[in-house]
Amino acid sequence: MAVDIAESGFEAVIGMEVHAELLTRSKMFCSCSAEFGGEPNTRCCPVCLGLPGSLPVANRQAVEFVVRAAMALNCEINRETFFHRKNYFYPDLPKGYQISQYGDTPIGVRGWIEIETEDGTVKRIGIRRVHLEEDTGKLLHSSPSESEVDYNRSGVPLMEIVTEHDPRPGFDQINTAYEAREYIMQLRQILLYLGVCDGKMEEGSLRCEPNVSVRPAGSREYGTRTELKNLNSFRSVYRGLEYEIRRQIETIRSGGVVVHETRRWDEENEVTAPMRGKELEQEYRYFPEPDLLPFRFEEAQLEQLRRELPELPLQRRRRFEEMGLSRADAATLTSEKAIADWFEEAARDYGDPKPIANWVLSELLRLLNQAGEGIQSCKVRPAQLASLVRLIDDGTISGKIAKGVFEEMFRTGRDPGQIVEASGQTQISDEEAILSVVRKVIAGNERVAADVRGGKEKSIGFLVGQVMKETGGRANPRLVNELLRRELGAG
Amino acid sequence: MTRDIENIQTAWQASEALRSGRISARDLTRACLERIAALEPSLSAFLALTEEIAMEAAARFDANPAAFPDPLAGVPAAVKDNMCLKGVPCTCASRILEGWEPPYNATAVQRILDRGGVICGKTNLDEFAMGSSTENSAFKVTRNPWNTSTVPGGSSGGSAAAVAAGQVFYALGSDTGGSIRQPASFCGIVGVKPTYGRVSRYGLVAYASSLDQIGPLTRDVRDAALVLNIICGHDPLDSTSYPGESPDFTQALVRDVQGMTVGLPREFFAQGVREDVAQAVQEGARVLEKAGAKIREISMPNVGYALPVYYIIAPAEASSNLARYDGVRYGHRSGAASDHVDMFMRSRAEGFGAEVKQRIMIGTYALSAGYYDAYYLKAQQVRTLLRRDFDRAFQECDVLLTPTSPTPAFAVGERADDPFQMKLADVCTIPVNLAGIPALSLPCGLVDGLPVGMQIMARPFDEETMLRAAYTFEQATEFHRLRPAI
Ligand SMILES: [Zn+2]
Repeated sequence: MAVDIAESGFEAVIGMEVHAELLTRSKMFCSCSAEFGGEPNTRCCPVCLGLPGSLPVANRQAVEFVVRAAMALNCEINRETFFHRKNYFYPDLPKGYQISQYGDTPIGVRGWIEIETEDGTVKRIGIRRVHLEEDTGKLLHSSPSESEVDYNRSGVPLMEIVTEHDPRPGFDQINTAYEAREYIMQLRQILLYLGVCDGKMEEGSLRCEPNVSVRPAGSREYGTRTELKNLNSFRSVYRGLEYEIRRQIETIRSGGVVVHETRRWDEENEVTAPMRGKELEQEYRYFPEPDLLPFRFEEAQLEQLRRELPELPLQRRRRFEEMGLSRADAATLTSEKAIADWFEEAARDYGDPKPIANWVLSELLRLLNQAGEGIQSCKVRPAQLASLVRLIDDGTISGKIAKGVFEEMFRTGRDPGQIVEASGQTQISDEEAILSVVRKVIAGNERVAADVRGGKEKSIGFLVGQVMKETGGRANPRLVNELLRRELGAG
Repeated sequence: MTRDIENIQTAWQASEALRSGRISARDLTRACLERIAALEPSLSAFLALTEEIAMEAAARFDANPAAFPDPLAGVPAAVKDNMCLKGVPCTCASRILEGWEPPYNATAVQRILDRGGVICGKTNLDEFAMGSSTENSAFKVTRNPWNTSTVPGGSSGGSAAAVAAGQVFYALGSDTGGSIRQPASFCGIVGVKPTYGRVSRYGLVAYASSLDQIGPLTRDVRDAALVLNIICGHDPLDSTSYPGESPDFTQALVRDVQGMTVGLPREFFAQGVREDVAQAVQEGARVLEKAGAKIREISMPNVGYALPVYYIIAPAEASSNLARYDGVRYGHRSGAASDHVDMFMRSRAEGFGAEVKQRIMIGTYALSAGYYDAYYLKAQQVRTLLRRDFDRAFQECDVLLTPTSPTPAFAVGERADDPFQMKLADVCTIPVNLAGIPALSLPCGLVDGLPVGMQIMARPFDEETMLRAAYTFEQATEFHRLRPAI
């Protein structure tokens, strides 16, 4: 499709519904393991199977996780919060209802999240609600006529985060695929920082179902929206929305009507298509869950949770910028809490963030990437990087050698001092020793030396290289330069 | 030996006989199993016998009685077939649960087993505990031992009949709108609905979660206190279960109502209560008065709404609680389905009986988006008003005294085609469930040769005062000694 969205005279309005599986050890309403995977139906008990007579008992940790997330998303926390039953029939729904939070008393309401748009301006996206519910089982279609159900996911705590479709004054909406992707990236980062979700989109522990409509730019009316499913990467969020926005604009321009429906993103063909089996307008018959008492939060308890909130990625990025790092560097360093923590520890140890940031951004991240590892399994401790940089500062090793040393540190976890000493790679800063090599090189390269003497400054580089070669790269380059110039009477 | 056993009327007497070594738990259990077998053709009180479980428990007791200090250890009992007993089919008297054997015990059942209780079988009920006569079972109609042409009441009719007929010494029932007290009244025994939250509902197949409560059916008040001692207490598996300590309920068994104020709420004596029934209860009040209680007539203006409120809230919760019976994981699955939706519909259509379907329909309707405010929400609001009526009444009175049922047992089939008349049988018991308070029914007379029950209600978690009033009455009268001639 050829439509250029920006030039089309239309704008999109995108609402985001995100489900995040919480990283609790046990399920929402029983003590079964909430871990991903496992042989089908091995992580089930009467409660998560909804067997007759079983009763739910709410997982306090899950409730706390949602409170923390809601706080981090700038929400107001409802002092009293209820669970509801959402009633519908589906084979993977063992009780015939899902325990969820409906109505105006979810755990968190009226929050916001900041994202950066394509042109670098900051938008404050309103969040309508953050609530807790349980996951359902999973249907496995073993043959065209038979299906099997795996209930390992049944009862896993899910947090739902919904943006405000009609934002309050002072708040914005998501209008482009780029912003939608920014939103989900920001959100994911926050959840990872809080340690409440592992953020794995491919495994479905972070799922996003955007709905999108288009309208003439500047209009206040909303168009008919469609809902997109099956988006399991940042890329598919972006591509899926781009496609769907173009499709809707095309449809309207060609005199058609956008149908209110749920559409599936076809990753392979990069198109959206209506879900098979048209979904009926559901009647969920919500009512307060009588098997669970309302949750009441004490002020002191909320204060405690608020105090325990970690610094969030955006705050942290801004603090790093204030340390003198570039915006891009600060963004990369704060993309993952563990990396930011590692960096900060090393920077504190060393006393100056800049050189440490350079090492982390170039060498450390490169090596981690190469090894396909996370910072968690990194053998180098932050203090070891600090001492490596100090070895450069005091002239013990050159920056070039340091890179090799760092690679060995990364492989073995040994101290830089030990590595340098064992390999005899210490920098030669002894004037006498370097001078003898310098004289030897001048003697062996009379013509070049003559060129330099004759004012051909550039040729000195060749001689420096020769000296470095002779010393196995260990000569202090500053001294080599100085001595060469003195000997040749140049500069 | 047989005569010895026949002389044992109550569970506590059975316990004394066991402790003195006059009989063994095995002999006692065998005698009960024989009596169950002998009477079953005329009563149809049981859906399953658990002879093996019973005999094993009895043998364990006999081997070392000292290891089971609880007074009810070794004493034969029964549980309503809507509570889970591991490995024994739990039917809820419904075809839809066909073949399902729970892999776990209900907490109340577990507590009985842990203390050396002997469970002989599972008793009949109205399907999913919905009904007032035990005629609504998918499997059999239970009869009242006082007159087998009448109903035993419901929905715990099987438990009530079994206790009244001497098949077991006590039984567990469940009470959502009077399902323990009303059959206790019809069968001339004691039935207790404890405060909501006193007994864990874990393993009780839910009918209406905010109203259901497990309780004992026994031959006298002392037995009721003994059973309460076992089954009450906090259960971490039920978040609505009361976290506080339970008292020793037998401490309440003193004949002392001096200074106690007994309220007679006038509205409970209207609502179609037969004059002779009302009279029996009023005479009961005089017995308490003679023992030192003050009698006070009071008014509870919202009691008249209890029945309609109940028939919104209970079906609403039931429609949701019963959604899990869809043929996917257990129970009846239709063989004729074309796809999964069709399978749900056919399985449910084939598996549920008419009364259950009717309540599911009513509940579904009451919860649907367009009607929620008008029905469910309104009913909850009226429920709050009703609770306030009780709060006010208990500011003036320590207990309230009412008929348990407006009439004695009616004939089998008599109200089967008149759902409204049928539901009136619970009109005096339903307000208690809506308020969550405890109540007890005990025999206070005979009308047409059938027992009449008197209901004593108390403040939340004040079962002790309720038991004290009941015990005082019982000790001053002979009604609890009357036995059916079956
Ligand atoms: Zn479980």
